[in-house]
Formats: sequence, C-alpha cells, structure tokens
Amino acid sequence: MRSTDKSSILKLHPNILLGSKAHLTIVLTIFAQLFFLPFNALAQENTDNAVILEIAPKLSDKKTRNSALEQLIASDAPMSREWLIALLDGVLYLRKSDSLPVFAEKKGKSFKIVNASNGNHEGEAGRREVSKIKINNAIRGKLRAAIASISLKDDDVEVRLQAVKTMTRSLNDSDLAAISEYLPEESDKRVQKAMQLALNLADLSDADDQIIIDAVNAIGINTDDTVTQKLRELSTQTEAPEVANAASESLTVIEKRISLYEKIETLFFGLSLGSVLAMAAIGLAITFGVMGVINMAHGEMIMLGAYTTWAIQTVLPAFIEYSLFIAVPAAFLVAFMVGMIIEILVIRHLYGRPLETLLATFGISLILQQTVRTLISPQNVPVSNPAWMSGLWEIDPALSLAINRVVIFFFCLFIFFTLMWLLKYTNFGLKVRAVSQNRQMARALGAKSGSIDALTFGLGAGIAGVAGVALTQLSNVGPNMGQAYIVDSFMVVVFGGVGNLWGTLLAGLSLGVFNKLLEPWAGAVVAKIVVLVFIIMFIQKYPKGLFPQKGRAAGD
Amino acid sequence: MINVMKGDRGGQILLTLILSAAVVLPCLNIYLPADSPWHVSTYQLTLLGKYLCFALLALSVDLVWGYMGFLTLGHGAFFALGGYAIGMYLMRQVGDRGVYGNPDLPDFMVFLNWEQLPWYWLGFDWFAIAFVAMLFVPGLLAFIFGWFAFRSRVNGVYLSIISQAMTYALMLAFFRNEFGFGGNNGLTDFKELLGFSLSKDSTRVGLFVASALALVVGYLMCRWITASRAGRVVVAIRDAENRARFLGYKVENYQLLVLVVSAMLAGLAGGLYVPQAGIINPGEFSPLNSIEIVIWVAIGGRSTLYGAVFGALLVNFVKSWFTAAFPEFWIFVLGALFVLTTLWLPYGVTGLGKSLSIRKKPTGKEGLPA
Amino acid sequence: MKPRSTFVHVICATGLCLASAAATAADTIKVGVLHSLSGTMAISETTLKDTMLMLVEQQNAKGGLLGKELEAVVVDPASDWPLFAEKARELIEVNEVDAVFGAWTSVSRKSVLPVFEELNSLLFYPVQYEGEESSKNVFYTGAAPNQQAIPAVDYLEEEVGVERWILAGTDYVYPRTTNKILEAYLLDKGVAAEDIMINYTPFGHSDWQSIVSDIKKFGSTGKKTAVVSTINGDANVPFYKELGTQGVSAEDIPVIAFSVGEEELSGIDTAPLVGHLAAWNYFMSVETDENDEFIEGWHKFIGTDERVTNDPMEAHYLGFNMWVKAVEKAGTTDPDAVQAAIIGVSVPNLTGGLSSMLPNHHITKPVLIGEIQDDGQFDVVSETDGLVAGDAWSDFLPDSKDIVADWRKPMMCGNYNVKTGKCSGQNL
Repeated sequence: MRSTDKSSILKLHPNILLGSKAHLTIVLTIFAQLFFLPFNALAQENTDNAVILEIAPKLSDKKTRNSALEQLIASDAPMSREWLIALLDGVLYLRKSDSLPVFAEKKGKSFKIVNASNGNHEGEAGRREVSKIKINNAIRGKLRAAIASISLKDDDVEVRLQAVKTMTRSLNDSDLAAISEYLPEESDKRVQKAMQLALNLADLSDADDQIIIDAVNAIGINTDDTVTQKLRELSTQTEAPEVANAASESLTVIEKRISLYEKIETLFFGLSLGSVLAMAAIGLAITFGVMGVINMAHGEMIMLGAYTTWAIQTVLPAFIEYSLFIAVPAAFLVAFMVGMIIEILVIRHLYGRPLETLLATFGISLILQQTVRTLISPQNVPVSNPAWMSGLWEIDPALSLAINRVVIFFFCLFIFFTLMWLLKYTNFGLKVRAVSQNRQMARALGAKSGSIDALTFGLGAGIAGVAGVALTQLSNVGPNMGQAYIVDSFMVVVFGGVGNLWGTLLAGLSLGVFNKLLEPWAGAVVAKIVVLVFIIMFIQKYPKGLFPQKGRAAGD
Repeated sequence: MINVMKGDRGGQILLTLILSAAVVLPCLNIYLPADSPWHVSTYQLTLLGKYLCFALLALSVDLVWGYMGFLTLGHGAFFALGGYAIGMYLMRQVGDRGVYGNPDLPDFMVFLNWEQLPWYWLGFDWFAIAFVAMLFVPGLLAFIFGWFAFRSRVNGVYLSIISQAMTYALMLAFFRNEFGFGGNNGLTDFKELLGFSLSKDSTRVGLFVASALALVVGYLMCRWITASRAGRVVVAIRDAENRARFLGYKVENYQLLVLVVSAMLAGLAGGLYVPQAGIINPGEFSPLNSIEIVIWVAIGGRSTLYGAVFGALLVNFVKSWFTAAFPEFWIFVLGALFVLTTLWLPYGVTGLGKSLSIRKKPTGKEGLPA
Repeated sequence: MKPRSTFVHVICATGLCLASAAATAADTIKVGVLHSLSGTMAISETTLKDTMLMLVEQQNAKGGLLGKELEAVVVDPASDWPLFAEKARELIEVNEVDAVFGAWTSVSRKSVLPVFEELNSLLFYPVQYEGEESSKNVFYTGAAPNQQAIPAVDYLEEEVGVERWILAGTDYVYPRTTNKILEAYLLDKGVAAEDIMINYTPFGHSDWQSIVSDIKKFGSTGKKTAVVSTINGDANVPFYKELGTQGVSAEDIPVIAFSVGEEELSGIDTAPLVGHLAAWNYFMSVETDENDEFIEGWHKFIGTDERVTNDPMEAHYLGFNMWVKAVEKAGTTDPDAVQAAIIGVSVPNLTGGLSSMLPNHHITKPVLIGEIQDDGQFDVVSETDGLVAGDAWSDFLPDSKDIVADWRKPMMCGNYNVKTGKCSGQNL
C-alpha cells in the first residue's frame, strides 16, 4: 500500500469536502489505508501525540466538546489531521474500559479497533465496549473548515477549489492570509479566480471606500451568494453613498443575470419532469397506444424494473458504480418476460374486448403488488445512486444542473429513438405496425399475429421496466410505486394521441414544462389541477389528442 | 312503472329479494333477541346498507357503460359529490357540539382560523337544500362534462381518460385544506340526521331500508329509461354512433340525458352511503375507486342492470369477509377473481349461462361490443 | 344457473360467517389489531401489526393475562378510511375484542373515533399526531406536538443558531396543525414573519426540484436556515434524494423531520443525508438494556437481524404494557374499569425512563433529537432533561389554549373550556 506519507490520508479530502454520495466508500478507503499503513511509522510519534490523547475524553463530553475541538485544531500533533478526518467520518471511538481513543471499523456486530494515537491493532470490540465520539452539524462545519485550510496546498485541483469555496463562505483572517500566500503559486485558473474572489470579498469589508468600490468593480458580474449578500448589505447602507451606488448598480446587473438563470432552471426542471413522465408513458404508448390494451399493470412493470435494480445492487454490492448498466438490460428482460407471460395467459384471450383488459390487468396489478409485499417487504427498499450520476454540473454559481436529471433526460431520448428505430426500420417493427393497423390483413399476408402480439406486449412491458431503473435514481422503490405513475402515464398517452409515439414524447415534455411554469405562482397542487383541467379542455377541442391517427385505422 | 320489469327475469328476482330483505331483515333485527341464531345485528344491516349504496352506484355506471358504451373512469366523483352534500348537512347539524364548541363553524374551519362560513356552505343547514344539492351538483357536473365532450364527439378511451382526469383533479382539489371541505380528514364525527341520532339502531335500520328502497326505485328508473324509446336510441348509438347520427338522431342529447341521470343516481348513492359509513373524504374521488366500480359491473355482468347490482354486492361482500378472514392474502383472491371472471365469464357472473352457450358455438369469438 | 341461488347464498353466508366468528369467543382475552396490510399505508402499518403479534406472543409466554391466554385478532382495513370504521365496528361487535391497537393516519383515527365512543371500547393509537383531541376511549401513545415539534425547534434555535425557518409539509391536518403551532411559537420568540416560509405539497409528491431550489434560495441570505419537515410517507424519499442531488448538505441547511424514522430510512440510501435530523421519543440506537431486549425479541420474532425498530413500535410497546398493567390492576378487561385504572399507570420505556399515562390520555415521553448516520441509524445529539408530558390542547393556538382534558372524576371531560366552564364535543 502507501508509504508513510501522511498526506495519503489527506488525499481523501476532495470527496469528503465535496460531501458527495461516495462518502461511504471514502470512509471505507480511509480504513483500508489506516489499517494497512505501516504502523511502526506512527508508533514512533507516540510521545508527540500525548497532547491529543488528553483531548479525546473531553471530546466526548458535550460540555467540554467545543473547547477540546479548538485545542485539537490548534494542536500541531502529528496525528491531529487524521483525527479531524476520523472525527468527521464518525470513526473515532473511545474504548469504554480504559478511555483509549481508537479508530473503529464496523465488522458485522463488532468493531475492529486500532489505537488512535499509535496505530497499533487492538483486536475486536463488541458493540457495547466502545462508544462513538459523536459530533453534530456545527462541529462537522468546523472540521470541514479546519481541514480546508490544510487542503490549500493539496495536489488535487478539485480539492483546492473546494477548499477555497468552503473558506469563502465564512472568511477569517487566517484563511485570507493563507489564500494570499498561495495565490502566486497557484497554477490552475479556476482556483486562482476563486482565490481572487475571496480576496475581493474581503476588500468589500474594508474601511476605505475607494478600496470597496474597486473591489466591487473587480468582482464584476458574479452570481455567487456571498457576493450578492455583501452587495445587498453595501447598497442599503447610508454612510457612503458612492459605495452604495456602485454596489446597487452592480447588484442590478447581477440580479438580472440571476433571474435569467432562474428561468433557464425552471425550463430545465420542466424538461426533467417531462422526461420522467414521458419515460414512464412510452411503454404504455406501446401496450395501450399500439395494441389497444388498457394495461393497468403498467405501473407494476415499472416497479419490476426498479426492484431488479435493487436486486442487482444487493447481489453485487461491490459494483454499485456499474449496477445501472447491468440493471437496464436485466430489468428489460425481467419485465419483458413477465409481460409475455401476462399476454399469453390473459391478454391473448381478450382481443376484440379491449375494455375488458382493464379489468384483468387491474387484477394482475393487485396481485403483483401484494406479491412484492409478501415476498420482499411492504417497506421501500434502498437503491443507491452511483457516484457518476451524483452531484451538480455547475455552469454558474447561480445555475447548476443535477447530473442525474441530465442523464435521465438523455436516457429518455435514447429509449425513445431506439424504439422508433425498432418500429420503423426492422422487420419486427413492420409486423407490429401491420398487426396493429389491420390484424386480419396482416395475418392474411403471413404475419404470425399471436407471437407478434406477445412480443409487442413484452416490448411495452420491457420498456416500462427500463423506465423503472431510471426512476430508482429519483424516487422511492416500493410496492406502491407503480400506482404513482399509472394515472399520469395514461394522461400523457391520451394527450399525445393514442398510437403516436412522437405524441407521447412531446406530450410528456410539454406537460412537464407547463407544470413547472405554473408551479412558482400556483403551488404544486394547484399546478397539477390546472394541468388536468387543461388536458380535459384540450381533449374537448382536439378529441384525438396532439397527433391524431389518420386514415382508416383511426376508426374504432 | 311495473310494466318495465316485463321480460327482465333477473331484475324481477333481484327486486323481489331486495324488497323482501328490506322487510324481513329489519324485523329479524328488531324482534328477535340478540342471541337467536336468526338475529341480524345492526352491524350486519349497516354493512348491507352500504353494499346497497354501492349497488346503486354500480347501477348508474352500468347505465352509461353497458347501455351507452362510455367506459366511465370518473363515476366516483359523482358519488363523492353526493356524499359531500349530505356530509355538509350532517356537519351543520353538529352545531355547537364540535370540539371547539363553535355554533357557527365546523371544527376544521375554526382550526383553520376561518372567520365565517364560506358562501357555498350556506343553506346546508336545511336537509331539503342538501338533498337537492346531492342530486343536482353531480347532475350539473355531468351536464357540463357531457355537454362539451359529446358535442366535440370525444369517445372511446379519450372519453374514459378525461373522465378519470376529472375525478383526479377533484380529488386533488378536495385534498386542499383551503378548499373548505376539511381536506384529507374530510367530514366526520356526525351526530344526527333529521333529528335522529346516527348512533341509534333504529336510525341505522331506517337508513338500510331507505337504501334498499332507493336501489329499487333506481333500478326501475334505469329499466324505464333503457326500455323506453330513448333507451333504444342510446343502445343504437352505442353500437353504431355514425349510423344513428345519419338517421337524424341528436346523438349528444340522448347521451347527455343518460349521463346526467346516471350522475344523479350516483349522487343519491353517495348521499345514502355517508351517514352509514360515518365519514366522507377525498379518497372517494381517487381514480382507483372509480376503476373499482367499473370492475363490480364487469364482474356481475354488464348491460343487464341486475348484473351490476349483483357484482357490487358480491365484490364488496368478498372484500368485507376476506379482509377479516385472510387479512394477509385477500388481495390475491380479489385479483384472481378479477382475472378469472374476465377470462372465463365475459358476461359476468350472472351471465354464466350465456357464456357457456356461446362458447359451444364455433363463432363465439366476436365477443361484446367494445 | 340462476342468479337467485347464488344471491341467497351470499346473503346467508354473510350472516352465518359473521355469526360463527362471534360464537368462537372462548376463554381468551382478545386484542384487536387494526393496521392496513395493503394499500398505500401498508408500507408503515404492517410493521406495527407484527409488533402487536410479537407483544401478544411475549405476554402469553409470560403466562397471559388474568390467567387467560391473549389472542390477537388481525383485520386489514386496506388503507381505506371508511373501511377502518367498518372494521373497528366488526372487531368490537362481532369479534368482541377488549382493546384495539391500531390506526396510523389522522383520518383513520378520526374515522374510527365515533365507533369507539359509541361502543365504549378502547383504542391505543401509536403515532405522533396533531393533538387537539382527547377522547374517553382513545389513548394516545405517540407524541403530541409539544413532545416533538417544540423541543426540536428549541434545539435548532439554541444549539444550531437557526434564524430562518422553512416549514414544509404534506397538505393534511397533522402538518397544518404542527406548522400553525410552530409559527405561533416562533413569532412569539421574536422571529420575523419574513423569516418563516411555509410550504405544502400533496400526498406522494414526487417532483421536488422547484421546492428544493426555493429552499436553497431562501437559505442563501446568510442567515442560518433550517427546514422543519412534516412531509409524510412516500414523498420523503424523492425529497431527500433531491436534497442530495442539489447538494443541500446538513451543515448548510439542516432538515429536521417528524415523520422520518429508522424504517423510512431503510428505504433510502442514507449516505448523502448524514447530519440531517429527526425528532422522536425513541431511537433504535439508544443504548439501554430494555431496548436491547426489545430489539433482540423483535429480530427473533421477525426472523431476521436486518429489520429495524422505530418510534411507533415503542409506542405500541408502551401502550400494550400500560393496558396489561391496567387490566391487572382492575382485575377485569371491562373498558370502564380499565379506563379508570390506566390513568397513572407507569411502565418502563425503552430509553431508560418511566412513562406514565396522564389524565388527558396522553403519556409522558422523553424527546430525543437525532442526526442521521450513514448506516440508517440516528445518533442522539440532544435529549430533554426529563420526560415531557403530552399536551392534548396546544397552548399556542388561540382556540385551544383555554381547553383542558382530564378523564378523572369529577371533571371526566376531554374538552373542558376553563373560561366558559363548558365541556363540549363529547359523544357520551
């Protein structure tokens, strides 16, 4: 493993500071490193760590906790950084028998412990034999800030950037000194910019009006919260009218920019909601739109896909990062098979009676839900987000898009175009369209309508399953989840025009955007009601939806 | 009026049974001692009373689905509106016996700091007005909905889905506390109806008898409509809308008439249901509830009227019994019932004979009109 | 096949099976369990059904009650509120149970309440709720608002230094009441009206993008901001996921929840949520001997170590033990005798104290504030010094501050207005 270089632990800051979902993995990595570090190196420093050994018991007492923490941060004991990190990650414990501070890793029901001052292995301890040194949010904030000041000289650009940002939120003199010290050495432009901003921000609190005005000009248009807060403060003060003027001028421009970004954000929210609606509905557009089956079990196909994702993450806990790539085909297969079985056992016997399929599939939906409740659990199950789908894509301090939503938006388009290709350009697609347009004629021309029906229904179910995989990233996975999508999905398909896939996609996206445009002034509930009333009115005006089917096939 | 029952054997049997139940069961309840094996408890009577309300609701759905071909997924809305009308009257009867002891406002309004009764609550102190609202609010909604929908010739699944959107939107609206109908908790803790305490056995028996009578009257009315000339035109529209139109019939007027009558029946069912259930809340507007009503009709056998009544009684009985007898597994039984009935009994449980005779014929594939 | 025979059969069967169920009442004491096993609430209530079965089994292993075996009668009200009333009536009238443990949502309690009052039976209600109620026949073993919300806000203000508040909830009576009480409380404390934002969302709300974005904006003024969440059930998962997605960390804007416990967390990947808070009267992570024993018993009963315990389970544990003790004290299961005997009964709770039944049918409980850990458990960061007595009628609402509840003689009223001297709202 690593050398004795203690910065190997500090290397881990980026992720800790980012507060990303990968946190858990990081904690584990810290452990791996702590355990495999050549501990003799740490042992040499045993004596130097005596100071912090005294701090440990104080840390666990609520009354002395804060002062002990200050001591720890100020201390230059060699292990203090490791302690700070361990404290932040909640792995610093006290052994109850002798109050020895230890790093502890949970192993089943007991803990594997390591002496926190010299790195000696201390074997295992039961759950009741050690007690965690608990921290709360306030302490977590202090720890992060303390670690941040150390991180300014880190090798990783992201770490430095995050460190500067953490400092900028609450600037103090020592931070500023550190920033000015490192600015000339800094090679990365983004970090330089962030550091410059921090220094400029500090100037805004200067006593000299001219320095403040210069700083305001130097900052220019910057939508960062800290900037707007400070400028707002300056523009409302009355002691120096020139400063107030400069600040409010700058603020007006910035606020304009922010409101533009807010509009873009709302549009993005709408498209994202729309892509979720569309994705949930595409499968239904096949089973309902193309085949005419009122498939009330559609939501449960989504649920099956979601549970497949959960099952894969449970079976392969080491591959969370790749789990979705496995889950997509797996969920498709599972839902596809279940769909085929439903078609062969039930739907097949109901052709010519499309409305009765509602009854049978409603029964199936009840059975599937209760099966999950009985076999798995009535509770929700957890599905993790892989690190590559977490976090924000920051375009500007005032505009950042959630990466998972961006991914899901494009994934929705991917499903849609794959399906379009399948239906338009493959032999199978040709047959599906033929059977759905004129069953008798298609059969006369040699299409095996039976197997085509089964495959089509399976396809619709499979796509619902794939949608389920994507939805695990946004919402809960439980027996009721299908119910949440079924009504909306029907609305989307009908609004778009039954039998038209483009209609479904556009209907989903436009309803999503419409909903999000309404939400700010109407609130979430009223927005939804207005959307429903809009659908009703729209259908009155255009009785066949956005894209009515034309020709003889359109007749009932 | 009795003439309309000619040729409706299933209906004759059903009405006889319901009427005799309305006479015999209350007698068994009142005159037999509680430990007699033939004693019918008030609990059972109230349960049956609620089933009868559901049966009336199913009847109203069969009228529009079975005879007009409109697969309504929003009839729960009419039922709930009727229920709310009576619920509001019952709330007003509580008077100053609410928890806050406010004589002017129901508890939930006191709690939301409302100063005065909203205008749409005015008049609900009088039963007559509540009764009229119970019939005409659902009727009016149906009229507005049908007026636009039928005129623009919305049909098939489009019609079904917008009826679902209607009930869904109403559910969300009623869930809102600002809307003035008690939000999610709805209206509950009723005290008395027309001066009779709702916790008295005699009131419950009376409500049971009223439900039975309402069902009988509702049935006769549906029969009368379907057997009348208008009814025949409606069936013709169901089977071939364009031909009926070409023959000069004002299709939308007939459809509108049937929908409004059906909505009023559903409202009546709701109004009778609420005092027996003791609560009305926005859950009744839930799209799933409306789907369930359609399922009762399908299980019993549609386009027969008596099938709808029977289906509602059967499914609700199964539900009541199994939720107590097999709490963990009853959903499976219910689900299987739905699937198997559709597969093997296309004409519902009451159409068993018909299904068998059709299955024997080689041309049995054509099935029911959609 | 004629419809007649089937129909007659059904009618008779209704009568017969219900009658036969009543006839089996033998030498056991019956306990009704009224929790949804299907429908939307099954997600929370199924666990409580299992808890009750476990408590009954454990009591029987200890020799039953009054020398008789206890028998649990389970029904499924299927998350359908009118069905709750129907099933409650069935449990009491047909199955002749001596006490019922059940209900979760406010509306299900409101639905069954008139039934219990009319038939004079006992209901133990195990969930935190909005208060503003005290019935002769209901025992509220969950938290009243003053046993959860107020201490939580105190903690945030005093220890975290929160100055700006977002009260976010699902649009129904519990969040509405809690937020009203909190708003009055905060204004009382001198918080400016513009520093309080109140937001309601529908049940099962799944798209939180705009709201989380609003929360971020509201919290970006430089003043320390916190979210007090009364968001219910299924809507929590997408809410927390969105918080994680938009990078709202607990250090920036902590969220304190009143409806999120260990069980809800078991359905979420908690890594991004570390540091967010919840206020309850019990956490699984509390280290006491009683709790260890309870958890061990639960794992043994349910057959897996994976299942967690939560606050409403403890509430049932307390309610059941209080009922057992009261029955023993009264020597009978007669509701009136038990009602009289149970007031003042104390049983050990799982957090190391002694909870007792108050005259207003609420109980005393400790209030714990916990921070979410990455293993789905809570770390207790604050705890009230002693037990807090449940207050049925909030002192912070103008219409209820003059109302008191006392079910001892001579008052015997859950709704006594001390100003007017009137007892109202009773179905006696």
